[in-house]
Amino acid sequence: MATDPSASIALRVNGKDVEGSAEARTLLVDFLRDTLRLTGTHIGCDTSQCGACVVHLDGVAVKSCTVLAVQAAGREVRTIEGLADADGSLHPMQEAFRQHHGLQCGFCTPGMVMTAIELAQSAEPLTPERVREGLEGNICRCTGYHNIVQAVLAGAAAMRQ
Amino acid sequence: MYRFTYHQPADLDEAVQIASSSEDGSYLAGGMTLIPTMKFRLAGPSDLIDLGAVEALRGITDEGGRLRIGAASTHAEVAASALVTGRLPALAGLASRIGDPAVRNRGTIGGSIANADPAADYPAALLALDAEVITNRRAIAAADFFTGFFSTALDPGELVTAIRFAVPAQAAYQKAPNPASRFALAGVFVARHADGTRVAVTGAGQFATRYPAFEAALDASFTPATAAGVTVEEAGLMTDLHASAAYRAHLISVMAKRAVAAC
Ligand SMILES: Cc1cc2nc3c(=O)[nH]c(=O)nc-3n(C[C@H](O)[C@H](O)[C@H](O)COP(=O)(O)OP(=O)(O)OC[C@H]3O[C@@H](n4cnc5c(N)ncnc54)[C@H](O)[C@@H]3O)c2cc1C
Ligand code: FES
Ligand code: FES
Repeated sequence: MATDPSASIALRVNGKDVEGSAEARTLLVDFLRDTLRLTGTHIGCDTSQCGACVVHLDGVAVKSCTVLAVQAAGREVRTIEGLADADGSLHPMQEAFRQHHGLQCGFCTPGMVMTAIELAQSAEPLTPERVREGLEGNICRCTGYHNIVQAVLAGAAAMRQ
Repeated sequence: MYRFTYHQPADLDEAVQIASSSEDGSYLAGGMTLIPTMKFRLAGPSDLIDLGAVEALRGITDEGGRLRIGAASTHAEVAASALVTGRLPALAGLASRIGDPAVRNRGTIGGSIANADPAADYPAALLALDAEVITNRRAIAAADFFTGFFSTALDPGELVTAIRFAVPAQAAYQKAPNPASRFALAGVFVARHADGTRVAVTGAGQFATRYPAFEAALDASFTPATAAGVTVEEAGLMTDLHASAAYRAHLISVMAKRAVAAC
């Protein structure tokens, strides 16, 4: 199967079937931001190191700047916009970031939250060390991480309830 | 990124056929190295052959006492596999410390060794665990596979299908990670096989290699102090913005000592 320079791709994003046109070389993050206008997913680097762009692809945390949009065709993507309930109440992990001041400028936050949710779903019990290890691919230039770690521990505990 | 044609072959034969008929095709596994390289326009393949749908490249099995790991197994799958954590915990531990969780969710063992980054972790494991690289054409001993800086014995279009590892009595891997990327500044894999100890080093030189001086000394006396006592030559080690050759030589010594202690 070859994909033409600009083909239509169909996938599920945040529970909705969507379609849009993308070149083979279009990155998933650009497709989400520019085509679907879901600008909550950020781009913080061009070396695949910062994690601002993390989304879930079929339930797995990936750096959407390092996945092609065509690779998500027919699959399920969840972004930061897909976390809150329809009535606007925040996901427990978002709520924990709010309560524990887990953000300052907020640029890294979408990726932090998406990574943290996958981490919270792992079977192993979370300790501050495990959280720090789990966030190794997410860089924050503001907070110094302390409150992010507190937020992830609290968010994970809330998710387990 | 330059334009390319994207292919998603359903099986091995189709993948190899597309590679051989394309002008300058590249296989795409996890994309964790290839996509950033393409973004920088340091690579511009005419065709990308996505291996994601090729089932034959997946799966981790026991093959007559050796562990066979499919080339498209992600680092996360290797780290979590009951077979690997049970039989070769040092290899599962190595996989669990590559990069970060999102990199481990996509990056694959086949992509890592085909790329042959001098600071990649897996090459040290392949050398110390007397591995064989299985391709669509042949089996290549790890010793013959890594041939230089980012170079391997793979021919153009040759596809790695699996890696087969020997299971030693004891093994351990220790690395001093680059604090930003987690690539190895120096990583040492020590394995005690029935026929002797193998020690392989990655991250420090132009490509991963065995260190016979450590092997001979440890065969005589397998202790951390013995490892620490082996002189590591600076000659041939890399100096770059991350570390000098002298610092890397020192790290090899420390990592070797720690790996022996962890066996
Ligand atoms: C932020 C970051 C941190 C990282 N940290 C580490 C680290 O600590 N340690 C480490 O070892 N690595 C690290 N890596 C690299 C990572 O492990 C990559 O996953 C790996 O180097 C490439 O694997 P891939 O599956 O992503 O391959 P790709 O990027 O898809 O491909 C890499 C190359 O291999 C070729 N290829 C892929 N599969 C095959 C095959 N089956 N047969 C033949 N050729 C093939 C491709 O054509 C391409 O040339 C890091 C990467 C990033 C982005
Ligand atoms: S934008 Fe994806 S890792 Fe930085
Ligand atoms: S809050 Fe500003 S980068 Fe993290």
